[in-house]
Amino acid sequence: MTPVEPREPVATAPVGVVLEARNVIKRYGHITALDGVDFELRSGEILAVVGDNGAGKSSLIKALTGAIVPDNGDILLDGQPVHFKGPLDARKLGIETVYQDLAVAAALDIASNLFLGRERRRPGFLGNVLRMLDKKGMRAEAERSMAELKFRLPSIGSAVEALSGGQRQGVAVARAALFAKKLAIMDEPTAALGVRETGQVLDLIQAIRQRGLPVVLISHNMPNVFEIADRIHIMRLGKRAAVVSPKTHTMADVVAIMTGAAKFEEPAASASR
Amino acid sequence: MNSASALSFGRMSKIAARFVGTPSVGPLLVLLAFGLIFSLTNPRFLATQNLSIILQQTVIIGTLAIGQTLIILTAGIDLAVGAICVLGTILAGKLANSGYDPIAAMGLAVLACSAAGVAAGSLISGLRLPPFIVTLGILGIITAALRLISAGGAFPVTDEFLGWTGNTVRLNGFIVTYGVIIMLLLYGMVWFLLNQTQWGRHVYAVGNNPEAARLVGIPVGRLLLSVYVLAAFIYGIAAWLALGRIPNADPNALQTANLDSITAVVIGGTSLFGGRGGLIGTLIGALIVGVLRNGLTLAGIDPLWQDLVTGILVIVAVALDQLTRGRR
Repeated sequence: MTPVEPREPVATAPVGVVLEARNVIKRYGHITALDGVDFELRSGEILAVVGDNGAGKSSLIKALTGAIVPDNGDILLDGQPVHFKGPLDARKLGIETVYQDLAVAAALDIASNLFLGRERRRPGFLGNVLRMLDKKGMRAEAERSMAELKFRLPSIGSAVEALSGGQRQGVAVARAALFAKKLAIMDEPTAALGVRETGQVLDLIQAIRQRGLPVVLISHNMPNVFEIADRIHIMRLGKRAAVVSPKTHTMADVVAIMTGAAKFEEPAASASR
Repeated sequence: MNSASALSFGRMSKIAARFVGTPSVGPLLVLLAFGLIFSLTNPRFLATQNLSIILQQTVIIGTLAIGQTLIILTAGIDLAVGAICVLGTILAGKLANSGYDPIAAMGLAVLACSAAGVAAGSLISGLRLPPFIVTLGILGIITAALRLISAGGAFPVTDEFLGWTGNTVRLNGFIVTYGVIIMLLLYGMVWFLLNQTQWGRHVYAVGNNPEAARLVGIPVGRLLLSVYVLAAFIYGIAAWLALGRIPNADPNALQTANLDSITAVVIGGTSLFGGRGGLIGTLIGALIVGVLRNGLTLAGIDPLWQDLVTGILVIVAVALDQLTRGRR
């Protein structure tokens, strides 16, 4: 495995579409999980994906991260069609995913966790022949990116198990931010966390957007979604029921669309292109 | 007075920590304590000749414990460690005694040991069988096969090359065998792999959280396979060291290798739950086992008591690990 250079700040066109899905269909036997869903992530935004259980939220995310292969439909990254055969394909193209359960190695330190699976080697003979890790370089880089994200942590050399749950998830989120070239997908990143810790992670996600990286946030938690999302993609029955702005719609509106109690009213200014 | 001694004790363990790493301080103190007790009860214990004997007696278990450490770090366990090593001694001995070139014989024996590692690693990583069961099965298969091949009996191995590791050099009046030097070199090389390379990082990551390792793209199955093969390769080298120590191939040898190697690893501070610990601790742990067996022998205590004490030691060490886990 070759070490990956850290992400350069993404040049952001105002309404450039980073990731798009068109008419994606996925069936499991008789069950249609995705029934022609469309999806659009614009550069520099936090797009929340909400929906009731079974609405196709997680199938959509799996299709976007390569965890499942759709039966039909197109996925476009920066306007180019892509075909992911597995999660590694999506990662190679710059899509990083953060999972709900804390995907960290507890006994390893923060810097080791940030670079886990993408360790850097020292230059020259030591790295090429003896395959020695560049521990100092990785530490410095880890410290730099944590400072840039304004995420407060104890010493970068302390074991992840010494951290709080929020700080641990912060490490996983920062890892995605460090390596995602195109976008980061956060799948219920705060579901296992308390209120204060959730706040830390939400701040971190906003810091990532400020650096220019678009984020897809899957969440059940409406207040969290309304706190940080720029737009809200609402799933219902395997389709995109609507995309609304938290500025023009209330939580009650969103829940109504989610459950089918209300139809989406077309002229929502911020949702149209 | 009391606080002053506590202070100096704290400073001492800090100084020790700089040399052996914080987790290995406890085992080091245990080793020093055993050394102190035995040297007080028997003046012969500290004689350079005896210390050199302890090192020589530690060679086989110490080398086997390197492989055992790698496997336990991935949250596995190897119960076939002694059997694979005996496979090496019997094969090398049989081939050399029937006229094969001794270097080729030893090479083939090490290869055969590595093949046992391929078998164990494939079953564990491919079929996801528990390491405990797989290595227990391999232990049974190899033990039975060896007794069939050698018709149950031990035989002498007098070849010069196969016994080469028993040769000695004198360092400042201190006698060490080539085997001791080879063991220490192996410790150095595997320490480097574990602590300075990506492979080592991934061994720890897989032992800590295999799911997280898979999610960040570490090829978990391939890594596990490489660990079992490297461990078995080291057991093959240990077979050469064993022939240097005792020029005899015995299918019934190394019966306590499982207990001793696991004890060395666990009292060396490596967690049976995987992902924590390291080789420096294991070397200290192997020396603790060696010192204990030697000290009890010098005191004229029946060898069966040594197994009993080793058994107690491993249970105490695992209990300590379990208790401290709650606080992490």
